Amino acid sequence: MSELSDLYQEIILDHNKRPRNFREIPSCTCVAEGNNPLCGDEVKVFVQLESEKITDVAFSGHGCAISRASASMMTAKTKGRTREEAREMSQAVRAMLLGPEVEPPRTLGDLVALSGVRKFPARIKCAVLPWHTLEAALDGESAVTTEE
Amino acid sequence: MTRSFDVHRVRADFPILNLHVNGHPLTYLDNAATSQKPRTVLQALNNYYEQQNGNIHRGVHYLSQIATDAYDRARERVAHFLGVADPREIIFVRGATEGLNLVAHGLGEILLKPGDEILLTRMEHHANIVPWQIAAQRRGAKIVVADVTPEGTLDLEDFYRKLNPHTRVVGLVHASNALGTINPVEEIIRHAREVGAVVVLDGCQSAPHFPVNIPKLGCDFFVFSGHKVCGPTGIGVLWGKSDWLDRLPPYQTGGDMIAKVSFERGTTFREAPEKFEAGTPDIAGAIGLGAALDYLETLGADNLVTAEKALLDHVTPQLREVPGLKIIGDTKHKTSIVSFTLDGVHPHDIGTILDNDGIAVRAGHHCAQPLMDYYKIPGTARASFAFYNTTQEADALVASVRKISKMFA
Repeated sequence: MSELSDLYQEIILDHNKRPRNFREIPSCTCVAEGNNPLCGDEVKVFVQLESEKITDVAFSGHGCAISRASASMMTAKTKGRTREEAREMSQAVRAMLLGPEVEPPRTLGDLVALSGVRKFPARIKCAVLPWHTLEAALDGESAVTTEE
Repeated sequence: MTRSFDVHRVRADFPILNLHVNGHPLTYLDNAATSQKPRTVLQALNNYYEQQNGNIHRGVHYLSQIATDAYDRARERVAHFLGVADPREIIFVRGATEGLNLVAHGLGEILLKPGDEILLTRMEHHANIVPWQIAAQRRGAKIVVADVTPEGTLDLEDFYRKLNPHTRVVGLVHASNALGTINPVEEIIRHAREVGAVVVLDGCQSAPHFPVNIPKLGCDFFVFSGHKVCGPTGIGVLWGKSDWLDRLPPYQTGGDMIAKVSFERGTTFREAPEKFEAGTPDIAGAIGLGAALDYLETLGADNLVTAEKALLDHVTPQLREVPGLKIIGDTKHKTSIVSFTLDGVHPHDIGTILDNDGIAVRAGHHCAQPLMDYYKIPGTARASFAFYNTTQEADALVASVRKISKMFA
């Protein structure tokens, strides 16, 4: 039960139930769509960039609690950051989920809750998808597919 | 006469059912995805490789002879299982998917013309959609889709409205893999024949659960997968009426399917079934499938139907009472499948948490995205029962689902 409660921590369940920034930004500067054809998760990430600073970020789509909470926490954490800082954060999250098991950097804060998926290999891609999509939006790509 | 049905004795025939998963005894409720294998099937596979392994139809040596005989007997076994008189109408394929691709490709070549219609239903598996889309595209034919009802049955009125003299092919699932619904195929086939349409039945979820008698159904083609009827993976069956099999072009070509090959005089093909079985087939798989069908016959088809119906009747009312749970496809005439959603919980989360309790279900769109779109859901959690499941396992499912409902409340 403990691995399961690591996966579905209170904070994850909360972000799933009340996702932050769960809306569309119709005329934003960057937008990308991510989908995982294997499980059907779809996420669209909207970013408003103003001179390299993320002034607004939001997401829409449907997915499991893990991908929804990951996307919700991601928007909360990256709003107000620069493009470069958001990229670095995304890479740190991906390293935490996919890389060798090491103490995650303190800068990640709440996002460490996502590391519970490490014990559930089939679910890692759910947590990664929103970040992958954010990076695509920041890089000016419009669509990504994640099966990692 | 069949022996009486004792589920605990039957379970002893399936080595994998002794597994423990995540500290719990395995509760395997993903039978619609693939069924488990009784020891007799595993022994047949082993015995083939230890005692019979030789390539078929070519050697004069001992092993080639007995392998050929065993392979041919498996074909006869399948014919008997489907109530078919002529084993030469049985084509061994990799699975139902390959069978449907073979038929769609072949009918595309010899039958479909621009403007022709292929009538499918919204509850088809992707394997009975995509091959027809490709064939339609190639030939300029049109896909027409019959609707389903909110309860999860086929909308027959809509179906018959869309069935017309331009309908050249009807592609129809016998029992839905996502809902469990059993379609009234005999009636539909009668109507389809009146307009001259060819009927292709997807029997993946019927063959494992109730007796199928092809002459009685009156369809033109029927497919099923071996691994869903307790047989090995990699083997499946396409049955086709012999006059269709005579006319259909080969799907793959090469060794064993030819009568004569010549650079000067061209190449001629053998007749069915060899025409459709190029290369070395899955000999062991066919033999394993034969053993699986023997096993099911020993248990008695009626016993299996009764056992699975009892499980469905046991679990359905209990699940209905779980707060926020909705059964998708809550119909009377169905196989032992319960597909459901839980308010505010994504099917993949249900699947992960059940797995943590040792319970295997399928979560997702079940390769039936058009059906999920109709219900406006990303997917469902699907518990699919087999005759070797117990009411205790059904209760374990209900208890875990209740827990999930509370956890996400």
